[in-house]
Amino acid sequence: MSLIHIAWKSIRQRSLASSLTAFNMALGVMLMVAVLVFYGVIEKSFKQTGAHYQLIVGPKGSKVDLVLSSVYRVSPPIENLPYLYYLQLKNDPRVEEAIPIALGDVTQEGAFPIVGTVSRYFELPYADKKKFKVKAKNGFSGSFDSIIGAEVAKQNGWDIGSTFKLVHGGADVGHTHDEEFTVVDILARTGTPNDRTVFVNLKGFYQLGDHDKPVEEAIDQLQKFYPDGVPGGEKRIKELREFAASGGDHHDHGEEEGGDHAHHHHHHHDLPDELKEVTSVFVMMRDQDDYAAYNFMNELKTGFQAQAVNPTQVMTDLMQSLIGNVQKIMVVLITLIIIVSGIGIFVSIYNSMADRRREIAIMRSLGAQRQTIFAIILTESVLLCLGGGLLGLLLGHGLFFVGAPIIENSTGLIIDRYAFEPLELTLFPVLLLLAILIGFLPGMTAYRTNVADVLSE
Amino acid sequence: MSLLLRRLKKSFREPDGNPLPIINIDHFELKQAEQVALVGSSGGGKTTLLHLISGIHTPDSGEVIIDQVNLAGLGEPARDRFRAMKIGYIFQTFNLLPAFTALENVLLGMSFSGQKSNRAHAIDLLDEVGLKHRLSHKPSKLSVGEQQRVAIARALANKPKLLLADEPTASIDSRNQNNVLRMIRDVCKEHHVTLLLVTHSEEVARQFDRVETLSDFNKPEELLATASK
Repeated sequence: MSLIHIAWKSIRQRSLASSLTAFNMALGVMLMVAVLVFYGVIEKSFKQTGAHYQLIVGPKGSKVDLVLSSVYRVSPPIENLPYLYYLQLKNDPRVEEAIPIALGDVTQEGAFPIVGTVSRYFELPYADKKKFKVKAKNGFSGSFDSIIGAEVAKQNGWDIGSTFKLVHGGADVGHTHDEEFTVVDILARTGTPNDRTVFVNLKGFYQLGDHDKPVEEAIDQLQKFYPDGVPGGEKRIKELREFAASGGDHHDHGEEEGGDHAHHHHHHHDLPDELKEVTSVFVMMRDQDDYAAYNFMNELKTGFQAQAVNPTQVMTDLMQSLIGNVQKIMVVLITLIIIVSGIGIFVSIYNSMADRRREIAIMRSLGAQRQTIFAIILTESVLLCLGGGLLGLLLGHGLFFVGAPIIENSTGLIIDRYAFEPLELTLFPVLLLLAILIGFLPGMTAYRTNVADVLSE
Repeated sequence: MSLLLRRLKKSFREPDGNPLPIINIDHFELKQAEQVALVGSSGGGKTTLLHLISGIHTPDSGEVIIDQVNLAGLGEPARDRFRAMKIGYIFQTFNLLPAFTALENVLLGMSFSGQKSNRAHAIDLLDEVGLKHRLSHKPSKLSVGEQQRVAIARALANKPKLLLADEPTASIDSRNQNNVLRMIRDVCKEHHVTLLLVTHSEEVARQFDRVETLSDFNKPEELLATASK
């Protein structure tokens, strides 16, 4: 009969006290696990998303807003960049890939964010070494083609061939565009905001009607963006004015909603590049080391209307400043809860020692050594702590599993319900140490039991 | 297995600090497989003597030689091991562990000897004491007589060479008393186990070929006399 068996029998003998103390420990561990997994998943999800791109280039403003809007699509876009600047980035010899992102609309059904982009977006990894998997391998061919995320397909019940309309500038306040987009492909689940995004062909995005920017305003912005002269010079500006005068610019000024929207033209023919805008550009440098990206970021810092940020760095900083401290406080509080649970187990075992003196003396009379008795008490403590810990681990993951949809709804992230945080593994050595500390004093009491005295009582 | 006690002395301290001699045995011997009843008055040191023989107590001086090993000269861990392997002990109050079944109580007796628990042997022993149908019963579900039979099986679990029985029939009714006593003697005979049975009952003692009265060979008062000189 092993020590574990003997210790287990003793635990079962005091089943009510044992189960209550172990459950107490389980609750502490449950909270700890839930917090670790919750923060772990959020952090991982935030850091991983867009990590493949070294830089996000967008208009000057809050770095966090830029990343939250372009990568996470949970915050409204700040401003826009001229499409010309996107072309400039694309042709920059230091830049390997430049992917335009245009935001602003949502789907009529489900209010999923719309991202106007190019097919190349899906050929590049969405996270570090993770490539998109698609259902039909269809890129954008028609202007009104759309590729949707897995969650969109699931929630809206859309499949390849489904058609939908967009609502301008937010599901509640905007109006519906006449144009219909057709789903040509569906992305496999990625666990990133891509799952909740509807991608449309950038070309089609620019062809949407009803809310394109007035030419004069576009020219004004271009002049601000390029204070040293708009590419093409005054001659090009004149051409644009002529284009507008010829009927190319059929905007309705009353429906303008400000600069938080990438702008489109309602005529289904190509808009001059000067009148197009993008919300941001995802950039991969040709030189993969961080130095090149760092230099590029610095270049944009001084006297330019755009900024370049490293999405991972921005999110890491945000996590640290916002959630990092909260997490630390919670971990400290929960550690105290676990210690209090441990004290509960200690009290339970220690109180039982008076009743168990005879039991211990009998075992000693049967030949059990002092160390064996000590080990039995210690094993009991370990079983209660680790048993409680294991139960807590299951409950913690259960809690997370149940709570995941709430997090998804509030953060826009897709949460892996089966997420496991490696830090959880350190809980068990810690619990083992706690169990040894808890069992030590009762163990010593058992160790010192005077067999002859007890047997004579 | 033989038991030899030589110049064995044991005293306790009274609350006022004065020594209270309990055991002072110059010579006492049991032969292998011998069965001896030890009688004596209450408080005469019978249980203390059994504790000294089993190594639960250590003597102040003298030797407890079992199978040519002086138990008094061993350290506590060695004495514990020796007790687990060579000595069986039956208590007046059975001392079964309430959380364990009959079978587990017998297996527990094997657990501390350092050898692997032999389940089949434990079942055989319980069968031998007529409790094969009670293997999974906890002590609280057994009659007093049955509990003592489990205690007998447990004492024999490690195939001891010496069985110490401390008033094993004192807590059971007279009808069961004879059965239990017969059982102890029979299994000891069958397994060639030396038996030293402490009793205050003359009826029990009469059933033994050799009966020793503790006061005949234990002279603690002599220690007092020596101390006062």
